[in-house]
Amino acid sequence: MPEWYESIYAWFESLLNFVPRIPLGSWVESFVEWLKNAQFLFDGVRGVIAFIASDVFLNFFQLIPPIIFILVLTGLSYLLVKKQKSYGLPVLIFFGLLLIESVDYWDDLLLTLSLVLTATLISVLLGVPIGIWMARNNLVQKVVTPILDFMQTMPAFVYLIPAVAFFSIGIVPGVVASVIFAMPPTVRLTNLGIRQVPTEMIEASDAFGSTPKQKLYKVQLPMAKVTIMAGINQTIMLALSMVVIAAMIGTDGIGRQVYYAVGRNDIAMGFEAGICLVILAIILDRLTQALNPAKK
Amino acid sequence: MAKIKVEGLTKIFGKKPKQGIKLLKEGKTKDEILKETGLTVGVNQASFEVKDAEVFVIMGLSGSGKSTLVRLLNRLIDPTDGKVWIDNEDLAQMNEKELRKVRREKMSMVFQKFGLFPFRTILSNVEYGLEVQGVDEKARREKAIQSLELVGLKGYENQYPDQLSGGMQQRVGLARALANDPSVLLMDEAFSALDPLIRKDMQDELLELQEKMQKTIIFITHDLDEALRIGDRITIMKDGAVVQVGTPEEILTNPANEYVERFVEDVDRSKVFTAGNIMVRPEMITIEKDGPRVALQRMKDAGISSVYVVKRNKELVGIVHANEVSKAVKENAADLKPLVQKEVPTVHTDTPMHDLFDTVSNSPVPIAVLDDDNRLKGIIIRSAVLSALSGSEVNGNA
Repeated sequence: MPEWYESIYAWFESLLNFVPRIPLGSWVESFVEWLKNAQFLFDGVRGVIAFIASDVFLNFFQLIPPIIFILVLTGLSYLLVKKQKSYGLPVLIFFGLLLIESVDYWDDLLLTLSLVLTATLISVLLGVPIGIWMARNNLVQKVVTPILDFMQTMPAFVYLIPAVAFFSIGIVPGVVASVIFAMPPTVRLTNLGIRQVPTEMIEASDAFGSTPKQKLYKVQLPMAKVTIMAGINQTIMLALSMVVIAAMIGTDGIGRQVYYAVGRNDIAMGFEAGICLVILAIILDRLTQALNPAKK
Repeated sequence: MAKIKVEGLTKIFGKKPKQGIKLLKEGKTKDEILKETGLTVGVNQASFEVKDAEVFVIMGLSGSGKSTLVRLLNRLIDPTDGKVWIDNEDLAQMNEKELRKVRREKMSMVFQKFGLFPFRTILSNVEYGLEVQGVDEKARREKAIQSLELVGLKGYENQYPDQLSGGMQQRVGLARALANDPSVLLMDEAFSALDPLIRKDMQDELLELQEKMQKTIIFITHDLDEALRIGDRITIMKDGAVVQVGTPEEILTNPANEYVERFVEDVDRSKVFTAGNIMVRPEMITIEKDGPRVALQRMKDAGISSVYVVKRNKELVGIVHANEVSKAVKENAADLKPLVQKEVPTVHTDTPMHDLFDTVSNSPVPIAVLDDDNRLKGIIIRSAVLSALSGSEVNGNA
């Protein structure tokens, strides 16, 4: 940069001198500190999440011997796809799970599965009603949309910090971080699915004297079902993509193995753990898609 | 008494629609208001009455506000101004609950693109209206099946809408609307999505059903031929305003203004009108009970020289002439049968007027108009054909 340009640049820069340094970060920090006053609330949430993830899902899964687990899941998926006469899914599930068992990641798999299912369950329980509310009210849609954008684009690492502050370490902050990251597709696609119901069907429902509730349950939700299921499928995939990041705050499971492998530069361990995650992802994706036939 | 009465019904789309009302009352046009305020006038101070059990057609080109108007009648769209009276109750003043009651019990709607629920079976689609009313499952199933039978779709109960053709889907739409047994049927371009042949069948079927049901039908269409075929009375709309209300004949013979005139000038009346449209109610004699004396008396009363003879179920037997009957009366004959001439000119109710000319001009007696079962529906006299054609281009082939 020539000298004359530097001085011009400096002059332009000085124009902005009146703008003080905005302490955005410390504002958020003090807000988070202030929120800690409601620690009892977070403890309550922590209790509920820990109960669902550990006591319900994990404990249940751990009761089942791996071979039974594999056979039952294979059988169920066979029943699901029997009509379409494509037997890829049961084969994939059988050999995929067998591989995970053979590389000794079975326990980690159950932990990761519990985390993903808990995060998905919470996302659906919160996300679908929010999506419905958005679809019925334009103001709500205007307010919620930027919040969803925020949730999805803010790097996941960033909200790990307050998650630890509120929920300590372990599976619970992992679930919370996963919910924040994974819930938006369910909300968005529920909203979209309901808004996309053809006007004539809404009119038909109204013209026959349906109450708003009847319209929702008898027309809008059934019509939006395929779209909502696509959203839930996305939510599961995103929750799964969070497991490695969640490992950074002490969440156990396959994600932690990947995280360790990176730290130790262990190619063998990294690949085995990675492939287990891929298998789990494909199984969950195909299973949810098989549950959601686009057309009868 | 009018079944439905509409007074100054207005719908203006846009923010602050009330200011548009003022402008409309000052006599500004739709275009002027759009330019001045950005408001869109959907329906402009429409007023008309619909009689009980008539087929009332609202016709206009796209953008004329006819679809908006029909939605104001069951408040799928809330009116900006004006009143809609149904059985002397003002729909515009009703709260949600009262409105639902009217929609459930008094009026049903049939939609242009059918508006069927794809995830429900045909039967369950037809049941929908009863289901939301809380009718128990057995009763509503029964009614739905009856309704499907009425439109000729028995046996399709467990299919899904996408397995049916367009015409059949619209029958389902009709069955769904009839299942509630409403007194008013709103039909929004109900047959416009169907191909021409199916459309004509559906029109005929609707008229046939209407003969049995006697509902008040409000039928929206952009097709003048359709309007003339099925309408007892027709309303023509332009730019959201009602231009003319009248019977098909009044519209054709007496267009209210240039707009209507241009509309109807392309209509070939001889193709639009069928024998059914121009026939008149016949005098008739029932062969099982009436003798020559009754026949003669009836001809005297009506001032005619021949009369058609039918069976008790109105099936045509033949015709008797006054001179022969009077001879038989003088001879004290008690039986009419030997006098009946079986050779009579007949046409079907659906025969277009176009094809009647030959028969009419060659026949010394009025032509008998029969339905599918050979029942006498009416007769056509020569002057009726001419008066129906009057005002239109009667050309060489007539």
